[in-house]
Amino acid sequence: MEESKKIYWKGIEQLANNPEFVKHAHHEFAPAPPVDEEDPGHSRRDFLKMMGFGMAAVSLAACEAPIRKAIPYVNKPVDIDPSIANYYASTYINGGDYCSIVVKTREGRPIKVDGNALSNVTKGGTSAQVEASVLSLYDNDRLRGPKAGGKKIDWKDLDTQVIAKLSEIAGKGGQIRIVSNTVLSPSTKAVIEKFKAKYPTTQHIQYDQTSHYGMLKANEESFGTAMIPSYDFSKANTIVSIAADFLNSWGSSIENTKQYGKSREVSEEKRDMSRHYQFESIMTITGANADYRTQIKPSEEGAVAVQLYNLIAAKAGRATVSGGMEKPNLSRAADELWENRGKALVVAGSNDRAVQVVVNAINDMLGSYGTTILPGLPVNFRQGNDEAMTSFVTELEGGKIDGVIFYNANPVYDHPQGEKIAAALKNVSLSVATSYKEEETGTLVNFLAPDHHYLESWNDAEPKKNHYSLSQPAITPIFKSRAAQESFLTWAGAADTDYFEFVKENWRNWFFKNQTIDFQSFWDKCLYDGVYELPVEGGSVTFGANVGNAANAIANNYKSGGMELVIYENGTVGNGSQANNPLLQELPEPVTKAVWDHYVTVSPKDAAGISFSESISKYATIKANGKEVRVPVLVQPGQAQGTIGIAVGYGRTKAGKVADGIGVNAYPLIASINNSLSYSAVNVDFQITGDTYQIAQTQTHNTYMGRATVIQETSLAEYKDDSYQKKKYKPEIHTWKEESHKSDPEKLSIWKNHDYNNHHWGMAIDLNTCTGCAACVVACNVENNVALVGREEVINRREMHWLRIDRYYSSSASIDDWKGLEEAADNPEVVFQPMLCQHCNNAPCETVCPVAATTHSTEGLNQMTYNRCIGTRYCANNCPYKVRRFNWFKYHDNRQFENVNTAMNTDLGKMVLNPDVTVRSRGVMEKCSFCVQRIQLGKLNAKKERRPLEDGEVVTACQASCSTGAIVFGDMNNPNSRISKLLKIRPLDPNRPHINDKEADNPRAYAVLEEINVRPNIFYLTKVRNKEEVKA
Amino acid sequence: MSSNSRFVPLVLETDTSLIMIKNYLHSTCKIFLFVFTLISVSFSAYSQEIPKEPAAISAGKQIFDSNCKACHRVHQKLVGPALAGVYDRAPSIDWIKSFVKNSSAVIASGDAYAVNLFNEYNKTTMTSFSSFKDQDIMNVLAYIQDETIKGPGEQPGQKQKVVDGPKEEGVPATYLNVLLVGMIVILILLVVILAFLVSSLKRFLDQKALTEEEKEVVHSPITAGTIASSRGFIFVVAFLVGALGFKAVINGLYSVGIQQGYAPKQPIAFSHKIHAGQYEIDCKYCHVGVMKGKSATIPSVNICMNCHNQIKSGTTTGEGEIAKIVRAYNENRPIEWVRIHNLPDLAYFNHAQHVNVAGVECQTCHGPVQEMDVVRQHSLLTMGWCIDCHRKTDVNTKGNAYYDKLVELHNAKSKGNMKVENIGGLECSKCHY
Repeated sequence: MEESKKIYWKGIEQLANNPEFVKHAHHEFAPAPPVDEEDPGHSRRDFLKMMGFGMAAVSLAACEAPIRKAIPYVNKPVDIDPSIANYYASTYINGGDYCSIVVKTREGRPIKVDGNALSNVTKGGTSAQVEASVLSLYDNDRLRGPKAGGKKIDWKDLDTQVIAKLSEIAGKGGQIRIVSNTVLSPSTKAVIEKFKAKYPTTQHIQYDQTSHYGMLKANEESFGTAMIPSYDFSKANTIVSIAADFLNSWGSSIENTKQYGKSREVSEEKRDMSRHYQFESIMTITGANADYRTQIKPSEEGAVAVQLYNLIAAKAGRATVSGGMEKPNLSRAADELWENRGKALVVAGSNDRAVQVVVNAINDMLGSYGTTILPGLPVNFRQGNDEAMTSFVTELEGGKIDGVIFYNANPVYDHPQGEKIAAALKNVSLSVATSYKEEETGTLVNFLAPDHHYLESWNDAEPKKNHYSLSQPAITPIFKSRAAQESFLTWAGAADTDYFEFVKENWRNWFFKNQTIDFQSFWDKCLYDGVYELPVEGGSVTFGANVGNAANAIANNYKSGGMELVIYENGTVGNGSQANNPLLQELPEPVTKAVWDHYVTVSPKDAAGISFSESISKYATIKANGKEVRVPVLVQPGQAQGTIGIAVGYGRTKAGKVADGIGVNAYPLIASINNSLSYSAVNVDFQITGDTYQIAQTQTHNTYMGRATVIQETSLAEYKDDSYQKKKYKPEIHTWKEESHKSDPEKLSIWKNHDYNNHHWGMAIDLNTCTGCAACVVACNVENNVALVGREEVINRREMHWLRIDRYYSSSASIDDWKGLEEAADNPEVVFQPMLCQHCNNAPCETVCPVAATTHSTEGLNQMTYNRCIGTRYCANNCPYKVRRFNWFKYHDNRQFENVNTAMNTDLGKMVLNPDVTVRSRGVMEKCSFCVQRIQLGKLNAKKERRPLEDGEVVTACQASCSTGAIVFGDMNNPNSRISKLLKIRPLDPNRPHINDKEADNPRAYAVLEEINVRPNIFYLTKVRNKEEVKA
Repeated sequence: MSSNSRFVPLVLETDTSLIMIKNYLHSTCKIFLFVFTLISVSFSAYSQEIPKEPAAISAGKQIFDSNCKACHRVHQKLVGPALAGVYDRAPSIDWIKSFVKNSSAVIASGDAYAVNLFNEYNKTTMTSFSSFKDQDIMNVLAYIQDETIKGPGEQPGQKQKVVDGPKEEGVPATYLNVLLVGMIVILILLVVILAFLVSSLKRFLDQKALTEEEKEVVHSPITAGTIASSRGFIFVVAFLVGALGFKAVINGLYSVGIQQGYAPKQPIAFSHKIHAGQYEIDCKYCHVGVMKGKSATIPSVNICMNCHNQIKSGTTTGEGEIAKIVRAYNENRPIEWVRIHNLPDLAYFNHAQHVNVAGVECQTCHGPVQEMDVVRQHSLLTMGWCIDCHRKTDVNTKGNAYYDKLVELHNAKSKGNMKVENIGGLECSKCHY
């Protein structure tokens, strides 16, 4: 918006116009990798060497044809054809994290994971961690087989020894514990019951890395049952979140994201959207999407909830309680919640039952139960019991436990009392771990009985009541692993230990009722769909907790003081269980844009003394809960003053070559308040030291120099009355032709139009529904064999991601002086913008390539031909969007990148590569291809069936991964395609509908950098903020 | 480009318990065995039902060639019986239909005719063609009837052998020879004339009064040494050597990576000449992937065993080579064939696009495979070779609704046929991505 004074900036460096930032912004490329300094030029010897090499190469190439084998199957399975992908519905289960998925396999190897649209829980959505999980299957640090005392052992011997120990313990009445994260699988629970029946002293203890125990207890207190209900954000007009990062780590985040996207969607037909208030300390991805974001300290979460309760209780005529604290936007939020009764939702991230009781009371007054909260549909994602875990640790330390089995859990690393567990494990006579990797816990146990990876396993899951889901193997187990359930059954002395048969039999007994088909057909259908769902009755609850007591508990337990700490799960490595996955390590964290690094986020005001420079940060020491850690400081705009934030998931020591040694473990900083884990602390000793460190951040890479019209946004009010269209930025260029000497840039062009007789591929990206979650970035990496380059190379600004998500901050404050700068960085608004090759119709890159390696296709694609590229990099220099990536190194089969680019450097890792996409070598340019391999496949399928290509047959990887449907891809020549309808595509010349000149009549649609008239095939839809007014 | 970018389809362990849930593609009919007995009972009444229209006959031929030919001939007993007159000798047309659709069921039902047949052909069952419609079977019978009436004289396939000879283009060779001889004669004449000139000039100069120095010049002997040291000679020789060397280097560079004619020794001396030539087994019968996807696929051993369950001895190699297949099958050990056609990893080629969609004959690129005992790379497989074909070839748009819009737009603008080139067939990202 030219008229508005709003400025957008990517990082504090840009806001402060730091000299280093300016220098980088004006250079498209980081300096080329250094050559040997001693070599001043090319000598005669170089020439001779080159000649010699050339001759040798030519003669070798001429006489030797390397023998390549082609080895067919002996017995080809009917359903597997080489070069044709198969898809299997399955289920991603990682502790309590759940996603119904479809696995793409090629020649028996899983190579991609997509969401399963048939599931009513995740509805086809995925997350970065789900997308990345396919590479975890090929993790080189996986266990190759069972071990005892650190040495390899046969399964048979292991079973004999474990059973002997178990019998011994059972004989003397010793205690046995099974420790796991949340177990979603009803069949696994049945297996554990069988184990318990054989060894009656066994107890099963569940814990979660991000505990929701407070909610369970609060619901027990409020409604009589310890459960977590389903939430429906899509039905909420007003959403208030008190530090709940519900788009990332709170509750069922994939489902939440999907629903949230729905409530944020606007169109000509639906001109309304939800309003979202967020009260939080750190800048979470959820807070970044909020309309109103208020900074609070973690100790104030309870007080904010009480205040909100009192405000609403006053309207509802209920008694108010003592406590509470006034905060900006709180009374406005209360007013709107009350106005939108029945369409309102309040959530809180606190794991304290008292806070959750107050929130339950608010939701009760607002009539949320039965509308936006479904108590009849409880979820099972977080069943962890903090109290049970605490008593387990006490018992373990007291030597009261004789046997412990860690079922796919790693509490030594990811439980706050991990150190105690580690120390006490030495005195336990039997300890077994079943995780598919050794990990921190596994190194301390007697027996390692590795489970399969989830993509190799049979399993089932019940993420929600009456919503069942099946896991099926998409590959034969790569190593000598064995299903953990089979291990349990074996140790329990079961006659039949086949877990597949066990699951099948369970499904026959539990679900095969009142069916009109035979069991095999029923089973096949469930496997085909991946899910089996039964209707659920609505269910109602009566609130019966004492809010006054809860308010008192809050007032007693939380005293603000000193520097306050928030311990959170970030959007990339999450809880750290997949930390050894380089796809996640190199994924820029949605908000901080940091990769491969661990840091503490600090507000700009608290970071006084730290220069706002990208390259130098300082270490800080943090003392909390009796532990001290040392991490570098990251200055985070929007962080509440007086608070710091540190992510869990780092500081792994036994995860593998990728993750080990990155950052520190933040789990031990977590203390317990009110009998549940508290992810915050007060009076933290926080000292910035003198040691400097550079955090690898991508935030200011690829900046548009001085071009300010990249983001367009408006307010809901202006969108509703169409007044924003007048304000919409419409660039004009100066010309002598017109009377006014001004002209629409589209009218002036030296380009001839392209004829797109067949298809005209285009994409629309809705900035309103994009939450910035970055699942698309990972999906793109996996689909297109994008190389990962590691921390050093990211610092050198050489990351290879084809699709990046630009995160912009904005505020109305002037940046003329230091004061304005401080205000701007204090609590900025945030916009996420996925940026990829725009496939310009007037592509500037194409005209400058001296060897025609980048050309335009008759379908609107900007093609990049690697084998033709000679690496001049002119194209990247000329790209206004900065989306071209240059291969500075050979990233495959290169020891230097062995530990960061695992998918291209080991035989195991290479199994994940997409065989339809070339692995690029050193010295060539690459960029988004609009998933041309998928386009070609879609077209071929249509041609084989002798029919026209239908809309929706070709789906790009990013589109498929987008939970909110923010990305729409399709044929703009087809007037009935989704993209044509969404953008309201109109050919400029009705006589020639197939030329590239098409106008998007959707008033929200705009092209980035319209003034340079490169005519991109990607349109963005203006972001609409549901704010009273856009500050301007 | 990397050599690791694309995987050659390999054998991978596959879990037999995997349940395929998507891609319920119809399975290719595979195990072919025999039928029908030689008992010649004439039921001429039935033959009247069989269609006689050329359309039915040609449709029947197509089905016969791609499905039945691996085991059956019309006039010749092969793996299965010769089919001439089968419509007359079999119990009924309906019997034929049910036998083709599910032979084992007919045998199991205790049908005497079928059981006899089964026993006569060493108890080998014929593959069930459950996907055949009645009409398909009638068309096949129409073709068989047509061939039966024509009699065994005409062997299809014999004619074909003449077809694929390379055509001579440009000036005939004899004409060139005449030209060459003529030019040499003219050159010799020139030399003779020049020699006459020199000698007459010498004589003319001798008649004049010359100084000693001048005489020396005139009478200086022409020896090999003087020629070799003359500037002109050195220049000519240097030029010729340089030019030939340059040509050799350029030729050498152009042939780098080209393997035309590559015919490696295979682990089994499999002869396409016998299988595809003599027995006329359709290419698609063994190379099952060719209509479906990128890879035409080298047949898996179980496909070989469809016939070699029965045929244990070959005409030229005896039992040795076939025994290798049986051994591989019994030991569940894949055969490591040597790949002949090696496209670089950076090029994407899809068989289904060319064979299924475009209807290109296999021989167009692979040459007369049916005449090759040892298969060799017939074509250049260079990018120029691909592009040349894309420039010349019309798009096979017949009956393919995908192309309707393109054809309409093309015809509105141009009178010529729509070539592959016209619809983006020369674009980079058709083959490189």
